[in-house]
Amino acid sequence: MSNTNPLLDVTGLTKHFPVMGGFPFKRKIGAVQAVDGLDFQVAEGESLGLVGESGCGKSTTGRLITRLLEPTGGSIKYRGQDITHAGRKQLAPVRSEIQMIFQDPYASLNPRQTVGKIISGPMEINGINPPGGHEKRVRELLETVGLNPEHYNRFPHEFSGGQRQRIGVARALALEPKLIVADEPVSALDVSIQAQVVNLLQELQRDLGIAFVFIAHDLAIVRHFSERVAVMYLGKIVEIADREDLYDNPRHPYTRALLSAVPEATADEVPSRERILLTGDVPSPLNPPSGCRFRTRCWKATEKCATEAPPLVQVEGNREGHLTACHYPEVKETVPAPRLSKDPGVTA
Amino acid sequence: MTPPTPSAAAPLEVTDESVEKSLSPSTTKGSESRSPGRLAWKRFKRDRTGVISAYIVIFFFVIAIAAPLIAKLYGKNPYTTYASQRPELLDAFSYPSGPNGGMSSEFWFGIEPQLGRDVFTFLLYGIRTSLGIAVAATLLTTVVGVVVGVTAGYLGGKTDYLVGRIIDILLSFPSTLFFIAFMPVVYGLFVAPDENIPTSLRAISLILVLSAFGWASIARLLRGQVLGLREREYIEAAKVTGASPKRIVFKELLPNLWTPIIIQSTLMLPAYVTAEAGLAFLGVGIIDPTPDWGVMIQRGAQFYTEDLTFMLFPGLSMVIFVLAFNLLGDSVRDALDPKSKR
Repeated sequence: MSNTNPLLDVTGLTKHFPVMGGFPFKRKIGAVQAVDGLDFQVAEGESLGLVGESGCGKSTTGRLITRLLEPTGGSIKYRGQDITHAGRKQLAPVRSEIQMIFQDPYASLNPRQTVGKIISGPMEINGINPPGGHEKRVRELLETVGLNPEHYNRFPHEFSGGQRQRIGVARALALEPKLIVADEPVSALDVSIQAQVVNLLQELQRDLGIAFVFIAHDLAIVRHFSERVAVMYLGKIVEIADREDLYDNPRHPYTRALLSAVPEATADEVPSRERILLTGDVPSPLNPPSGCRFRTRCWKATEKCATEAPPLVQVEGNREGHLTACHYPEVKETVPAPRLSKDPGVTA
Repeated sequence: MTPPTPSAAAPLEVTDESVEKSLSPSTTKGSESRSPGRLAWKRFKRDRTGVISAYIVIFFFVIAIAAPLIAKLYGKNPYTTYASQRPELLDAFSYPSGPNGGMSSEFWFGIEPQLGRDVFTFLLYGIRTSLGIAVAATLLTTVVGVVVGVTAGYLGGKTDYLVGRIIDILLSFPSTLFFIAFMPVVYGLFVAPDENIPTSLRAISLILVLSAFGWASIARLLRGQVLGLREREYIEAAKVTGASPKRIVFKELLPNLWTPIIIQSTLMLPAYVTAEAGLAFLGVGIIDPTPDWGVMIQRGAQFYTEDLTFMLFPGLSMVIFVLAFNLLGDSVRDALDPKSKR
């Protein structure tokens, strides 16, 4: 996906949260390296999936892009405009184009406001006066997201989780954004509702040409939704590729392990592939391992992995746009072997 | 004389500010959506204790506001010493000559020993003064507490730390002792020691001093609430759409804070009524001849061995009012914050 003029261009994005401690005066005693040097682009109308375990920095990335958090380093460019450290006033014109859908539909709607107020709020703030007035536009939006326009005057507590999430989507759409950061938009919902909301988002993406950064930990949903997928581990992207490429030909051991963990609904008695069980826990982002961050749990790790951080590059055998950060990328043919769950190889 | 301890309940969900009595119940049409406020109102109406207490409290406020009118219809005033014109009202020991503290069709609640003032109008005006001061102090306390608490919670960091320490100091202060010691100092700031202190200055100083110590508890409660709300996703959603801090505080945060604010102030007001009366009783608040609940109780305490009636009226009315207001506060809390039910 070599787009010459991407909608969103993120380079070396870093966010470290300071850890304060000490007595009697608090001072910085460490930093949680939540996001550490991310590079990716999102083209217009494209959907980029961001997957990874809990705590790997996915949500932080989303909040950095929407500038809810101040990046520690790197740069975020929207349509070539640097918004890395832009203040609220400078951000104003961009604000309406980058919107966000939140994870928890119960916390993302103000319980004191009616649905109408929640959705028309963004328009008021940005001084948008649609023809026919705010109310007409809100009713349209409610219809777009599959809700009854008559619910205009209702309060959030009168809706179910799925309906609330639709309200959240309508709010994000109110400003006609070009990019929506969806931070685990369906993980708080029932599985049956998840499909509805994901399909709604997909329709919107297709019909309105909105680009998405879709954050999730569910590989199946990302596969369904995103054309391109980035896999994160401990604040870094370990692999980024087009959907088919990544799912058919994962090159990074971590991607491979993640994919193997997806339960498969097959009638066959023989499992079609080996499950790779990762041992140990994710290391603390306070003190990440040297070199490759995955090495403590990788069955292939060597000395080199401990000393040299693998760059995110197009390794041999990868298709265009398929980047992997690994010294010893997986090869498709030699798949079934690694039953190395009992042998974590090298320890930190 | 201490402000009410803040309830740590986090009333966020289906709760609302609109306990206003004006909220007409008849507006619940079939398809009309149920706002959090309307739900709270419905819950409140079901609470018998709360409704009865509300009527009692409203009754007290009405007679306080209408005191001059009632006094005019009744034909007496609280300042005239009726006994000096008609010495037959008091006996040789300056106690009311009639039975039951001189209660009669002319003096409904009897007359005061010694000076012979009319107890009924004195009580009316006393309630008026006391409630006026308590209401003003409550309003001022609430405003200061809300502003400081929300600011500290929303800004966080150093501001929060500083404000937090000030609150700690204020809350650990023995406020009653301080009132007694400090009230003369406040008067001294405005009036030379040999001059008379005007009543308005006494009232204003009382309001200021009561508020100066009262805001800390409400500020601390709100600071905590804001700290919790600040991280909510709907606040982030507002930020993503480019909302200004002003809009976030007033449109997103404040509506969610009305519940603790209202609960706190309804519990604070009766505490201020007793505090004000206590100070008057101790002689550092409003003093005779200004009619006041505390002044009346103080005078009553001088005569109660001989003339219990004079003590009974202010004492009983105050107990009823404070009890009713506290029960009302509890009911309001239960209605607004159903989860905190014991």
